[in-house]
Amino acid sequence: MRYILFLILALLLAPAFALDWEDQQLFEGNNGTQTLRVISNTDTAIFAPVIQSFLQSHPQLNIEYNVASSANVYSSFRSTPDAYDLVVSSAMDLQLKLVNDGFAQPIEDIAHPAWAKWRRSLFGFTLEPASIVINKAAFKGLPTPGSRQEMIEVLRENPEAFTGRIGTYDIRQSGLGYLFATQDARVSETYWRLTEIMGSLNTQLYCCSGDMIDELAKGTIAISYNVLGSYASARSDVADKIEVILPSDFHNTMMRTVLIAQTTQKTSAATLFLRHLISSRWSKPDTENVSLPPLTTQQDNSQRSIIALDPGLMVFLDAMKRKTFIDEWESAIIQQ
Amino acid sequence: MMSKAAFTSGSLRYRLAVTLIGVVAVLTLLFYFVLRAYAAQIALQSQDNILNASVTAILDAAIIRDGVVKIDIPYAAFSMLNTETDDRVFYAIYQNSSLLSGYADLPFPQRESRMSNTYKSGVYLGVAIRQVTASRVLVGGDIRTRITATVAQTQDSLSGILQRIARNAALYGVGFFSLAVVLAIWATSSTIDPLKRLAESVARRGPQDLSPIVKPVPSEMTPLVSSLNSLMTRLDKSFSQSEEFIAEAAHRVRTPLATVRSHAEVTLQRVDKEENRQALRSMIRAIDESSRAAGQLLDHAMITFRANQLEYQAIDLVELARECVQRLTPMGDMRDVELRLETDTTVLVSGDAILIQNAVRNLMDNALKYSPVESVIIVKVRSEPSPHISIIDQGAGFPSDEMHALVARFTRGRNASGTIGSGLGLTIAQDVALAHDGTLNIGNTTEGGACVTFSF
Ligand SMILES: Nc1ncnc2c1ncn2[C@@H]1O[C@H](COP(=O)(O)OP(=O)(O)OP(=O)(O)O)[C@@H](O)[C@H]1O
Ligand SMILES: [Mg+2]
Repeated sequence: MRYILFLILALLLAPAFALDWEDQQLFEGNNGTQTLRVISNTDTAIFAPVIQSFLQSHPQLNIEYNVASSANVYSSFRSTPDAYDLVVSSAMDLQLKLVNDGFAQPIEDIAHPAWAKWRRSLFGFTLEPASIVINKAAFKGLPTPGSRQEMIEVLRENPEAFTGRIGTYDIRQSGLGYLFATQDARVSETYWRLTEIMGSLNTQLYCCSGDMIDELAKGTIAISYNVLGSYASARSDVADKIEVILPSDFHNTMMRTVLIAQTTQKTSAATLFLRHLISSRWSKPDTENVSLPPLTTQQDNSQRSIIALDPGLMVFLDAMKRKTFIDEWESAIIQQ
Repeated sequence: MMSKAAFTSGSLRYRLAVTLIGVVAVLTLLFYFVLRAYAAQIALQSQDNILNASVTAILDAAIIRDGVVKIDIPYAAFSMLNTETDDRVFYAIYQNSSLLSGYADLPFPQRESRMSNTYKSGVYLGVAIRQVTASRVLVGGDIRTRITATVAQTQDSLSGILQRIARNAALYGVGFFSLAVVLAIWATSSTIDPLKRLAESVARRGPQDLSPIVKPVPSEMTPLVSSLNSLMTRLDKSFSQSEEFIAEAAHRVRTPLATVRSHAEVTLQRVDKEENRQALRSMIRAIDESSRAAGQLLDHAMITFRANQLEYQAIDLVELARECVQRLTPMGDMRDVELRLETDTTVLVSGDAILIQNAVRNLMDNALKYSPVESVIIVKVRSEPSPHISIIDQGAGFPSDEMHALVARFTRGRNASGTIGSGLGLTIAQDVALAHDGTLNIGNTTEGGACVTFSF
């Protein structure tokens, strides 16, 4: 009953907020009395097991879970910081900027590796690599690209097979897409060559990893670049149709991060949830719902470059820098 | 013992140690504050340097393209500002006075000099920041414009470093101080040591040892030692001079008096005229008085002199009393007075035999002089409660109202008018008693006789 009321209320209020909610849901604990308001860019389907395992051990809490794009998460939280208690986002740069500008609360006594936290306020709790995802059927008879260079080659040699059938983030819309693109550009010139090729083959642009994976499964597109491998692996329904490739030259690895709002009244409850997230207790490898790859401290391969939480992330958020980068990207990817 | 405790005003060792430790404490504090200030300056300087590099990197990236200023901020410009404590970073870039990008409300320092960079500490969003501002003129085509960039950083890392440095400096300071205190104490005692050794060697000397100190001493102590030496030489000289003088004086006064007396006595035999005989008799009496007075005076002088440097030796009081009694028995016999000894077997004391003999002789002499003929004088020598000699006669005793005045020098009692004397006997006995830390008690027995007790 409460849930329905809430939905109605949300629907009524949605235009007033003028915010594109991708989803809003209330998860209730068995005897929930206090409600934590979480704003996040992680799809509900993927995040739900995490929340449910939390509510099992903390039945006195409810969690209101609001999903929006990373850019909207950032701007919505920035404009009404007291409307949320926790912010979860994959856009590390935007999260870091929120902390830098004083929107997050420092939480003491949280044991967490130094590289996965910033100012005792921002905590990374997953490690998710940017990957190339292909439709297996579309690549029949073609070599599977193991690196960016191989992807360039396969695209260049088979333009007729891939024209209009390549997908990547629209970095103008997606904060995560922008983060991956800028980090790619930092690491290697190959990124621009790849973008040029993709532009020449009329690449489709997407707001989110989920959409790209849907299209890949359908076969509308054959290959997509810089998709979250974690999202693809989580989709057991399409597992036999697609293949996730971690580029062997390097693959940027993003940390999904969480912060507690400076203005929240529910610091202790929010801290419980934060501890739950970083403890990785929600990850049970034996269950089918392996959704998010938890942050593990040992680094298993050297190609993985975890995007560092440092003030450098704010460089690409500079208005002028962003405009320069996006101009360059547009001229490469949109060639008609 | 004659030595008296000297007046003390502070302690050299204490004063030296306190001065050294005080100096060290001041130095340590100074060291602590200077080190901290210096470290703070260096830490701030290094933050300034990094901020400066960041600003420079931003300004270097500024270009004019198609008449528009573009700044492609290098990634390093901000990532170089990464610190252990994840300090926050703020920046703003202005073209002339309009904001190009960055934090619009970041305080923009009014720059006095356009040439050099401005370093400033301030507050932004309620936290302390350090801010560096620099500018650069861009010329492109017909445009000439000034780009100013300011980069600010919070000071968490800085204050962490300062705290660490302050703690370490304090630790070093405490260590340094404790070490210095130990060294100061050691230095003090090694400085004071020769003084202590000198004092000990002087204290160990026998009472007759007035030889100069020959052991080498530190140069600062040579004035003390040489004046001590010269003082002792003078003392030695004056002691031997006075001894000689006393002996000489006694001889020179007594001998002619004895000659005059014997002449007077011979003359008395020859003269028949009663008034001449009378005159001669009073002459002889006057001679006796002077002789007695001279003798007593010299004895008294000798006692005063010897009392300054007593020569202690073991004395058996019984033996001493017996000798005195023997020597005075002829005098007693003349008056039919018996000197009776009542003694323990031995009563040992340590003291100057000559002085004690002198005192006892004077007391016995008094008893003989002031007691009637055919009486008994008892001389008691006992060791309990403390060693003492009591001389008890059967005379009229001390006139009770004069009793205590009689000890003073040249004082004689009413009952002494017929006898020859100078009023120094009791004074001598009393001085000898005091020199031995003893007492002289005078009083009368219940029968009326005098009872004088010399006790140690
Ligand atoms: N045994 C005594 N009995 C009574 N009176 C005494 C006795 N001994 C001392 N006196 C009194 O004390 C006075 C002081 O005695 P003290 O021995 O000092 O002097 P003195 O005997 O008069 O002279 P001298 O110096 O020749 O001994 C004496 O003059 C006498 O009056
Ligand atoms: Mg006398």
